[in-house]
Amino acid sequence: MVTPHDAGLAVLELKGIGKEFGAIRALHGVDLRISPGEVVGLMGDNGAGKSTLVKIIAGNFPPSHGEIRFDGKPVHFGRPIDARAVGIEVVYQDLALADNLTAAANVFLGRELKRKLGPFALLDHKAMAARALELFGELRSETRPHDLVKQMSGGQRQAVAIARTRLSNAKLVMMDEPTAAISVRQVEQVLSLIHRLKEQGVAVMLISHRMPDVFAVCDRVVVMRRGEKRADKAIGDTSPEEVTSLITGAKEAA
Amino acid sequence: MATPLDSSLTFSNVGKDKWWRSGFFASQTGYVLLALVALFVVMNFASPYFLTEGNMQNVAKNFSFIAIATLGVTFVIITGGIDLSVGSVMCFSAMITSMVMTHISTPGMPGADWFVHLAPDGKTVIANMPGLILLVSVLAGLGVALVVGLVNGFCIAVLGLSPFVTTLGMLSIVRGLGYVVSNGRGSFPSGPEASYLYTLTSGVVFGMPAPFIYLVVLAVAMAVVLHHTGFGRHVFAVGGNEKAAALTGIPVVRVKIEIYVICALAAGLQGIIISGWLGSAPANMATSYELNVIAAAVIGGANLAGGIGGPLGAIVGCVLLEVIRNGLVLAQVNSYWQQTLVGVIIIAAVLVDRLRSRMA
Ligand SMILES: Nc1ncnc2c1ncn2[C@@H]1O[C@H](COP(=O)(O)OP(=O)(O)OP(=O)(O)O)[C@@H](O)[C@H]1O
Ligand SMILES: [Mg+2]
Repeated sequence: MVTPHDAGLAVLELKGIGKEFGAIRALHGVDLRISPGEVVGLMGDNGAGKSTLVKIIAGNFPPSHGEIRFDGKPVHFGRPIDARAVGIEVVYQDLALADNLTAAANVFLGRELKRKLGPFALLDHKAMAARALELFGELRSETRPHDLVKQMSGGQRQAVAIARTRLSNAKLVMMDEPTAAISVRQVEQVLSLIHRLKEQGVAVMLISHRMPDVFAVCDRVVVMRRGEKRADKAIGDTSPEEVTSLITGAKEAA
Repeated sequence: MATPLDSSLTFSNVGKDKWWRSGFFASQTGYVLLALVALFVVMNFASPYFLTEGNMQNVAKNFSFIAIATLGVTFVIITGGIDLSVGSVMCFSAMITSMVMTHISTPGMPGADWFVHLAPDGKTVIANMPGLILLVSVLAGLGVALVVGLVNGFCIAVLGLSPFVTTLGMLSIVRGLGYVVSNGRGSFPSGPEASYLYTLTSGVVFGMPAPFIYLVVLAVAMAVVLHHTGFGRHVFAVGGNEKAAALTGIPVVRVKIEIYVICALAAGLQGIIISGWLGSAPANMATSYELNVIAAAVIGGANLAGGIGGPLGAIVGCVLLEVIRNGLVLAQVNSYWQQTLVGVIIIAAVLVDRLRSRMA
């Protein structure tokens, strides 16, 4: 049987990914394929290794074992910008924001817009604020570009982190618990953003503890337990009950 | 499914802060500046001599003597680091500058033929373009500062040593080197171009002391760099959240090395200016100045935890320290009290900041 995700070229392909932190084996033998326009939910208990997997794909640290292929080619990301350069965007679980800077400054951190002034390249504050406001609007977030992140609510902070991923034409967007701290209305916006990404052919990896979110937007769900992949099923072939039992370990594998 | 952009995005639940509760006036720099203005008013009434042109020039000159180095250390403090080696670098750069100047201005010394020769009447005359000797000596002084900055930056950013320990070590190393190269005697600029150095460092331009002019130019440059360039933004990001900075692709290691180099260069330049004014670079010059410099930065609002600071704060801190010193002298208070008072002000400034942010 040819399922949609093994037909055609995968945007991301992991083979036997493993990661050790000293004596802790955070990941072991993880295989995964994601096709363009596919939304994969990654679920698992606390400490299952979800964030570690995301960080390996995003180039934060190299895997101890295994191979990463992106767009069919093997890749070795030394730094996060290497991953970003090929089209991988991430919303980190801790959001990775600088509290002392404004929302707009955080959105554009590391890829500031500049304008030429003679031989100098100066920050284009206006353009960045305008674009940030646009992105916050898209996310239906009442976040003001000039406010300091220090003074923001959890949801506003999340909007800032998500807005970042919209700056470039990413091929893969990974979101590590993007809906953990936000209101019902904003959850809707994040999910509709994921829909839009899918329509544009962007692959999305959604990490979430919220079963309804995963079942609302994902094509497939992958369950991790103790650093291993226990299940990888099309959303139509499983149920929240089965996923729950896989997460808790009541059911070993599927 | 393109959602129409909500163009009428309004924030019904969030009003605008009162002007005095937001931005500059809410910052430590803001109210230290207010305190400074108040101090000027009080001093004006307390001593008729205070606001005279002579005394003001004196104040401007004196605070300029630590303010350039304070600008440099403010860069470091914004990233959450500290540089204790600035006093030693001031001395060492000044010493190297005057030693190189003396060396290349002495006919017969190796390499000196290129710069000077002996006239038939026995006088030393400049062999080349005027100003070249000064330029080479100043570059030599700044060169050693650059090396110190690079070593500091390398140890802190690449090897991951703590800024406090690294620069504490460097304080001792560089001070020691100063004693070694001068045999403990220090040095003084000499030769046909020493007078240029004196003019450039203790001259008066447009009625203002030359060091003050340099300070203003550098402070404006620093403000532009911090608030309007990518580098400046990255300096703040590293101080605010170093991990996030790295995750978003900011070259954290390079930024850190660069700010320690900037700091050392500022200290070196400051040292050369002081030595020009003193007419010599004694081996114990600028001893413990790092404390005044860091104190001025902190009083002016730079946060030792990182992420906050700027040139205006650095200057306000330096002026406040100098006005208090000057005031105590004019009021004929025992000068030993000065040190104690400076300490009280440091604590008071950060205490007010803490109280204010708790009330907000
Ligand atoms: N930098 C690190 N150094 C040492 N151990 C680590 C590191 N990062 C993660 N680990 C360990 O790896 C394991 C997996 O952690 P990870 O953060 O990937 O879990 P998670 O699935 O994202 O959990 P959560 O749902 O709580 O976010 C945990 O046991 C954790 O302690
Ligand atoms: Mg996690």
